[in-house]
Amino acid sequence: MNWGSAAEFFAMGGYAPYVWGSYAVTALCLIVEPLVVRARRRAAAARLKALEGAARRTASEATA
Amino acid sequence: MANWFRFSSPQTFYPLAGKMVPWFAGAAAVLALLGLYIAFFVAPTDAQQGESYRIIFVHVPASWMSMFIYLVMAGWAAIGLVFNTRLSYMMASALVPTGALFAFLSLWTGALWGKPTWGTYWVWDARLTSELVLLFLYIGVMALHAAIDDTRRADKACAVLTLVGAVNIPIIYFSVQWWNTLHQGASVSVTRAPSMAAVMFAGMVVMVFAFWMYSIAVALARVRAIILERERHAGWVHELAVA
Repeated sequence: MNWGSAAEFFAMGGYAPYVWGSYAVTALCLIVEPLVVRARRRAAAARLKALEGAARRTASEATA
Repeated sequence: MANWFRFSSPQTFYPLAGKMVPWFAGAAAVLALLGLYIAFFVAPTDAQQGESYRIIFVHVPASWMSMFIYLVMAGWAAIGLVFNTRLSYMMASALVPTGALFAFLSLWTGALWGKPTWGTYWVWDARLTSELVLLFLYIGVMALHAAIDDTRRADKACAVLTLVGAVNIPIIYFSVQWWNTLHQGASVSVTRAPSMAAVMFAGMVVMVFAFWMYSIAVALARVRAIILERERHAGWVHELAVA
């Protein structure tokens, strides 16, 4: 175990801004990217549904 | 022999990718937790750099992935150009944003590590500059794809750009040997034992695998979105949308 206390852990031997700055930005990026990808797939699926709905309406109008 | 070409069709690959994503994402999460535990609680303080060296556990994996993803992307681009398969181009473009992200993280964590160890966030030396060029290559591929309306032409143009840009990868990798640079030489090499403590090395390897699994998961998830976007005129995609 490297750390005597939580405060010591967060202080990172005086390098806190550098160490936590690296880890925080990395974590943020790796959390945000999957969310962006999920939003992109959902947007594509919603667009497909809209297209499908429009195609159905046109088809039913044509038969009516 | 299994018919691998069957999986080169977006229709068969879409559900397969959907099944694989949670497994790779789960593996990434487990490995990341283990890697972080080693990084902060098992690996000892560095004798020379103190605690600042702990940046290595994100810096090296991010840097390796930024280069490795580029090579995989170039591989897909080459397969696309040779066999003209739609899915190869989709895989290539699914990897670009993730590669760009890791190139950025490599530079970001490198800057934050450089300040306490070298006294500067940035210097125009070979290793750092070639990594910055890699980030610009990723951005260039994305911009080129966005600039060409015809998707198939955009794919081909990007594939050519990707293959030409691949020359940068050995330049990054060997830059620390070819030029005098502030950046340290490779701590890890395939030809000799790593010049670092075993436990530090273990933590780094675990984090590399975590980032690797993450990249596969996110690229597969993105390729699913790309398939839905591009195959919107195909009947099977509509059946999928209604379901």
